[in-house]
Amino acid sequence: MREKKNGSTGLFGSSAKALELNIDRYLTLVEQSALLLEDAIKKYLDGKFELFEHQRSEIDNTEREADNLRRDIKHRLYAEMLIPDSRGDVLALLETLDNVTDKAKDVSSHFSIERPEVYPFLSDDFRELMETCVKTVGEVTLAVRAFFRELYRVTEHVEKVHYWEHQADEIEERIKRKVFRAEGIPEFSKRVHMRYFAERISQIADEAEAVADRLSVYAIKRSI
Amino acid sequence: MEIAGLIFLTSGLYMGWSLGANDAANIFGTAVGTRMVRFRTAAVICAIFITLGAVISGAGAAGGLGALGAVNALPGSFVVSACAALTVTFMTRAGLPVSTTQAIVGGIIGWNLFSGYPTDRDALTTIVGTWFYGPLLGALIAFLLYFLVKTILERLNIHLIHLDRYTRIGLILAGVFGAYSLGANNMANVVGVFVAASPFRDMSVAGVQITGAHQLFAVGGIAASVGVATYSRRVMMTVGSHLYKLSPVSAFIVIASTATVLFLFASEGLEAWLQARGLPSFPLVPVSQSQAAVGSIIGISLARGGRNLNLKLLRNIVLGWAATPAAAAALSYIALFFMQNVFMQQVYV
Repeated sequence: MREKKNGSTGLFGSSAKALELNIDRYLTLVEQSALLLEDAIKKYLDGKFELFEHQRSEIDNTEREADNLRRDIKHRLYAEMLIPDSRGDVLALLETLDNVTDKAKDVSSHFSIERPEVYPFLSDDFRELMETCVKTVGEVTLAVRAFFRELYRVTEHVEKVHYWEHQADEIEERIKRKVFRAEGIPEFSKRVHMRYFAERISQIADEAEAVADRLSVYAIKRSI
Repeated sequence: MEIAGLIFLTSGLYMGWSLGANDAANIFGTAVGTRMVRFRTAAVICAIFITLGAVISGAGAAGGLGALGAVNALPGSFVVSACAALTVTFMTRAGLPVSTTQAIVGGIIGWNLFSGYPTDRDALTTIVGTWFYGPLLGALIAFLLYFLVKTILERLNIHLIHLDRYTRIGLILAGVFGAYSLGANNMANVVGVFVAASPFRDMSVAGVQITGAHQLFAVGGIAASVGVATYSRRVMMTVGSHLYKLSPVSAFIVIASTATVLFLFASEGLEAWLQARGLPSFPLVPVSQSQAAVGSIIGISLARGGRNLNLKLLRNIVLGWAATPAAAAALSYIALFFMQNVFMQQVYV
């Protein structure tokens, strides 16, 4: 009886629309978390710590909202018997996307706790790294949206994700080389600290790429 | 109707049961296996529309089968039907490809050989021709449907969640058509050999004339419905999850294409329409549903550029063309001999 009720809701009810809206909102939050982090880091590099902290708490809120939304989507997919054939893929996709928001939260919280000293000659590189990561996340959310609506465009976005992730890797390496070759940094620990943050930020692009990798497989599975 | 008549009908009832148990799974296997459609929905649709197809449109293909050899004594019909059923059962157990259509044709040829009635060569050529054209037509229709569906999906950009809903509706509609066509075309395999020796008499209910043949087709439909209710769930789960894994949209294409093939070879209305316009019409004979389905699956693989094309499926079809009728004919000939000489029953007039 329960199955019947759920089946009919899935077939004719408003659940499908609600689910579609929730997925759209979730993707917006993922993108938003990366944009907020970019803004937060820029404020940090400009020495505006108070504003940085404000943005950091925004990132926390976004991450929390995304988590709740993801749980709701999961519940709807299973309880209402929607897309039984690809719900496993959709859930895995959302869970991998969750790593992106987690990472954004993680980076902002480490900046807040450790207060790393970013030398001015590295400032532009960190900005560029952060901008590139945001581009990677933006592109991956476009790829996921395409998976739901315009399957044939997934590949195009996935290729861009790979491109931007590669760019992020190069900037990360550039920062590390600059840090370890620079004359003006007296303590070795500060060099290591810079390397650590460059790697941490770059991991956001890595997480986005992990989503893209899954997506290419799911897109093949979904093609008729 | 006499008790003997009922007993002799049992082999037909078994064939009907087997049609419901196995062939209904070809219609709703993927839909139920992937949980897109509930089993109960699938079963009710199958039961209703197989019976409707059989009663409304079953006579055409049965006539085509009758032209091959009109088994004219009930004990003979019993033997032919039972031997076809046994061949299907044994070959399925042995893991060999099998089609009810080909088994019943073999059974009838066995009866023709035993009774000395000539096998109508034209009818035989037509029927054997459809074994070839059925899968080919299935492949062609599926090939075209694939591009049609693909174009529509690319143009409309339907969200995955909504596409799911439309796919379910599509699977149900295609299932309705599939079940109707199955009843219209393949019920001939179940009751075709009983038509000339039908134990049912014409009768009138509330002023509506119901012929003996209609009653026979209705009984076949009921037997198929019992098969659907009692056994098809297991087969559906196997088809949906193991045998050939299809995406729900591909499954829709396969069902619609298979149903179209069966319909083309069963519809008297379409035949009359085509003939009235001087166009070549499709012969009304039973065609193998599973082979039309395999043809459709091959059509989709070809549309995708030949990826994952399983040539073993093709080999299995060709094997079925030869092995099934030969085995059924031999079995039927031997069984008719025993029926006549050991059980002292008249197997032909």
